[in-house]
Amino acid sequence: MKKLVWLILFALVLSSAAMAQNISQIKLKDLQRVLTTKTDRIQVINFWATWCAPCVKEIPLFEKLRTDNTTIDITLVSMDFDLDPDPAKVERFVTRKNLQNKVVILAETDPNAWIDKIDKSWSGALPATLIINTQTGKRKLVQKELHEGDLEKLISEVSN
Amino acid sequence: MKKLVIVLLAIVAIAASPVKQGFEVGDTAIDFKLKNVDGKTVSLADFKDAKGYIVIFDCNTCPYSKAYNQRIIDLNTKYAAKGIPVVTINANDPAASSGDSFEEMVRIAKQKNYKFPYLVDETQAVAKAYGATNTPHVFVLSKDLKVTYIGAIDDNSRKADAVTKRYVEDAADALLQGKPAPTSKTKAIGCGIKWKSA
Repeated sequence: MKKLVWLILFALVLSSAAMAQNISQIKLKDLQRVLTTKTDRIQVINFWATWCAPCVKEIPLFEKLRTDNTTIDITLVSMDFDLDPDPAKVERFVTRKNLQNKVVILAETDPNAWIDKIDKSWSGALPATLIINTQTGKRKLVQKELHEGDLEKLISEVSN
Repeated sequence: MKKLVIVLLAIVAIAASPVKQGFEVGDTAIDFKLKNVDGKTVSLADFKDAKGYIVIFDCNTCPYSKAYNQRIIDLNTKYAAKGIPVVTINANDPAASSGDSFEEMVRIAKQKNYKFPYLVDETQAVAKAYGATNTPHVFVLSKDLKVTYIGAIDDNSRKADAVTKRYVEDAADALLQGKPAPTSKTKAIGCGIKWKSA
């Protein structure tokens, strides 16, 4: 009987893992392409990590934004790789929170070599959110936890 | 007349430039008076024979701080004897991060047997004055508080044995030789300092 329970549990774990989105590991040049490719859609890029409490706290704002505003692209860029190159923790997190936004892992080491290439004013501290109008080049970088309404305001600031 | 115009232009330019936050390399930093984990107040001026200082904004909870904890202890072991002591400061708001309370600082300093100050920046005024953003965030200062290096400890957070560039050690060695730091500014991914909500 006990064995059966374990089997069922095991099957459940497997099936939930199978439903999770496929998280790709990207390189800096892939991210730079997102930042610079001209599109009518405002790009909202959030830099986060599973270990970062304020990041985890603000993620629901991005999930809500996804359903509220279908004219933008949201990318949640996990910065976990620097401390833990195994993607398992990020995958488990995305599954557990049932995240619908696109999640990618930035698989780069030696951050000093590339932080400035994402944004010169970025200190490297998490969380950080970058909002870009690729048509006009207007961009906003926020280097702190966001609160209700902040994202909408930032998007309208780069939109016109 | 021409001179006056130039002076006026300079004043306008200074007034129009955004307020500078924190110190840059080459600036003269400020000393501070902050409470240590032993309850006593510590200032940089207390280190009478110091040839410089390694000031590190750190905390109890950040995984980067944990990853670098032993390396910070080792920096002090190596450089305090040479006259460049490590001074660590926690500016995180415990209301935003309960694990960063003073009591927890005391516990960690005891557990890890810190031989250097671990100070609490309750008002966050020192972190703001320095322009600290992450933990750990290092400022190497000369004896007369001139900033010679700002940034990360080294280039590999995850593995101490895979480090190829020891930014802080290089800056401290240069300071001892009276030379500028070979790399004076670096950036690293890290935990943002938990600021008090306005």
